[in-house]
Amino acid sequence: MRVRFAGNCRPVHETKPFFSAPRDRDARPEKPVMNPRALPYILLAPATFFLCAFFLYPFVLVAWQAIATDEGELTTKYLSEMFTHWKFNTALTNTFWLVLAVVPIQVALSLLMATLVTKMQKGRDMVLYIWTIPLGISDLAAGLIWLTIFEQTGFLNSLLTNVGAIEEPIAFLGYESKGTIFLAVVLAEIWRATAIMLVILVAGMGLIPKEYDEAAQVFGASRWQRFIKVTLPLLKPSLQTALILRVILAFEVFAVVVALAGTNLPVLMSEVYNRQFDMQDTHVAAAFALLILVISVACTLVIMRALRTPKGASL
Amino acid sequence: MNKIASTITSPERHGVVGGEQRLVRIAFATTVIVLCLWVLVPIWLLIANTFSTPEEVNGFPKRFFPSFDTESVEFFLGFYGVGKALWNSIVVATLTMIMSIGIGAPAGYALSRFEFRGKSTFRILVLMTRAFPLPLLALPMAVLFLRVGLDDTVFALALVHTTLALPFAVLITFSLFSGVPIELEEAAWTLGCTRLKAFRKVILPLVLPGISASAIFAFVVSWNEVFAAAVLTIEHRTLPAFLLQSLDVAPLHLKFAGGAMLVVPALIFIFMVRKYLFAMWGIANR
Amino acid sequence: MAEIRITEVAKRFGSTTALHSIDLTIADREFLVLLGASGCGKTTLLRIVAGLETATTGEVHIGGKRVDTLAPKDRGIAMVFQNYAVFPHLTVFENIAFGLRMENMPQQEVDRRVNRTAELMHIEVLLKRYSGQLSGGQRQRVAVARALAMEPAVILMDEPLSNLDALLRMEMRAELKSVLAESDTTTIYVTHDQVEAMSMADRIAIMQGGRIVQAASPVEVYRNPAAHFVGSFIGNPPMNFLTAKNAGEGRWTVGGTTIDGPASQQATLQFAIRPEDLHLGDGGFKATVVVIEPLGPHTLVACKVDDQMFRVILESDTRVAPNDVIGIVPQTDRIRWFDPETELAVPGRQAA
Repeated sequence: MRVRFAGNCRPVHETKPFFSAPRDRDARPEKPVMNPRALPYILLAPATFFLCAFFLYPFVLVAWQAIATDEGELTTKYLSEMFTHWKFNTALTNTFWLVLAVVPIQVALSLLMATLVTKMQKGRDMVLYIWTIPLGISDLAAGLIWLTIFEQTGFLNSLLTNVGAIEEPIAFLGYESKGTIFLAVVLAEIWRATAIMLVILVAGMGLIPKEYDEAAQVFGASRWQRFIKVTLPLLKPSLQTALILRVILAFEVFAVVVALAGTNLPVLMSEVYNRQFDMQDTHVAAAFALLILVISVACTLVIMRALRTPKGASL
Repeated sequence: MNKIASTITSPERHGVVGGEQRLVRIAFATTVIVLCLWVLVPIWLLIANTFSTPEEVNGFPKRFFPSFDTESVEFFLGFYGVGKALWNSIVVATLTMIMSIGIGAPAGYALSRFEFRGKSTFRILVLMTRAFPLPLLALPMAVLFLRVGLDDTVFALALVHTTLALPFAVLITFSLFSGVPIELEEAAWTLGCTRLKAFRKVILPLVLPGISASAIFAFVVSWNEVFAAAVLTIEHRTLPAFLLQSLDVAPLHLKFAGGAMLVVPALIFIFMVRKYLFAMWGIANR
Repeated sequence: MAEIRITEVAKRFGSTTALHSIDLTIADREFLVLLGASGCGKTTLLRIVAGLETATTGEVHIGGKRVDTLAPKDRGIAMVFQNYAVFPHLTVFENIAFGLRMENMPQQEVDRRVNRTAELMHIEVLLKRYSGQLSGGQRQRVAVARALAMEPAVILMDEPLSNLDALLRMEMRAELKSVLAESDTTTIYVTHDQVEAMSMADRIAIMQGGRIVQAASPVEVYRNPAAHFVGSFIGNPPMNFLTAKNAGEGRWTVGGTTIDGPASQQATLQFAIRPEDLHLGDGGFKATVVVIEPLGPHTLVACKVDDQMFRVILESDTRVAPNDVIGIVPQTDRIRWFDPETELAVPGRQAA
């Protein structure tokens, strides 16, 4: 079919140039029309400013507040006040024990869940959604949820009474039962925060081509061996990320403890809160905050070192 | 040779003989179901408590199925300060949502489309936020806000929450924009679009679902945040701050109804964005 | 109306030079093909004309107006991308209409143009579909229709057929050529496929290492390659090359015989001839047969001359066997000579 384009061809536009044409052809600087040099910086500016003003600067301030008086003199008095306070050791040990109890179980549990879900075919989406529900649950709400279970008139006691295991409800969260309080907090934390690691590990597992597992099968490796020798090493980068994230969050444990134990189980973060809010003692609060900061950074570095993969040895 | 051949089966049925296969499958299914119940039952218990009468909540022993009474909920909603707290939560979360996307998306776009000096520095800055406990920010910010006269305002809290949500927003939008081939933009440029117009007409429609998901995620992060909210607000408390500060004195049914109020919207939101959850967390945390 | 003048255009990325001072003029309505291997700079040159990249030095003029500082949308060009870049969120109709909508064209005119170009590219039935529902070939047609609907002065095409399978490529080649021939546009077409270049171009500009080695019509490029590279790149099976030793007074020894050649003082020259420009006979080269490939319309015989691989195309009923020694005679007016150092063509001398 013969077609002639009617009318004239679209003419070259006589519009105002983006940049005026340089006189000396050879000396023209690179001024791209579609990619003005300044554009990325303009786009990045708000975020950079925001992070510097509301992230970098405050952290510097915290450190400063912990080691300097209002008049600007350097001092260690706030730090020593923190270290010598009668509650300090309890808070520190409680926090560390919590982290040590919770994190390894979460690692194992999330690895198990990630493995299960990766192998699922039907119903995978539904299960994944259910298992990631805790991601959307506030730590305060999680504390309250487990309160309904462990509370003196709570569901655990009801269950035990109904099956006739006990006569009277047990005060799981009572002042004297520090052990059960701790256990309750551990359970609540495991319940709440495993999903964070789960998501990262599932994404990491999804990146491992199944050919590696199949090759290991062909060479006679058992299920467990395949997991230890093939899956786990290839999962190292994700594990590293998940672990760092989880450990940092673990040292921040706060609302769950307060909801379940009130003041019966002091942790570092609750000390920060008390001093800042109740006692208006911002300097010592900052001292506690600095301590948490230092611990977090130290743990991050340790985990990064321990789980690093040599160049070229990852996927 | 035969032994190896018989072991090459689908990953599920790691090949030995029929009986063992079945056992493995049953163990598999049981574990999955148990873990699902492990997540769901506690939530149900909270909901059950919420829909019980106050007497039932404080009574003993508890029944597994409540009487589906709304008395506790009504009591909660009518309790002094709850309405305001709810409203504050909504306002702070909305502000966080708008600010984190408004500041984060341009940065995500710049990271995905341009090569420029300082790119890796910026990326390091964003990644660093993950090595630090962000709620602690509330402390120095409290001092700062006091000096600027912004203390105890929803806007101030929203600023802190945005700092919490911003790294996610940047990383998520970065991966979203990277998923759109630059050729689509270039084609639009040759068809009469300026850079901005091409963005509006071609990129935006394609990334809108993902950006909405990350906006909702920012909302949920702010909605749930406790520590900073408790430290920074007194008169204008958000719901989590309100609940935390009244934990000592509030009656049980109030606490649980409040907990449900925190949980249910988040549940719905997470359901809405579940498709993007993995893209967001999986990629954002690399 | 849409002559393209590229003057001394060079492109450097840091220490790498992608283009070395290109000079090229493309006449109005000419179909020019930029041909070369990956990395030769052809796509970079195209993108500079399009305005998607900026030249480090040099100027580009379209239709007499200088366009270096103009955005792509202001240059009067339309482009077809290698991966089609069909917008996934729009229907085929809206894709084709995209550029027209950007110009705020009245709906009637939009309908007219879209329907016409869709008919031209045989995709009228697909107008309501989305790109996810189309095959690669269909998407390619949409991309072309979208460019044509703009009725541009210049159409730029970046390897539009390279992602299609062989059969489809052949069909599209013919279709594209006829559609573009009937439009009034100047076309620059980038490809690495010399068959595409030969079949579609008015002129081919062969590029290597960021330079244009030769720009001429397909026949000219085929018959009179300006450099060794052109001779070996164009034509399948490729041109044969042998080293010829100077035998004095314009005579050269090659393949066991002495023939007339350029009056050069050089010790050696490269002798070149295409496989189809030789026939069996006496008085030519001595060749030992290695492999015989009966291809149907003719037989391709790979043999050794002067211990080098040499290919001859002979009649399909030729009877030769491996290890036979045959005599092959080159057609004298098709012999070409190249300088072994500069690799450029050396004007020969017709045998008396």
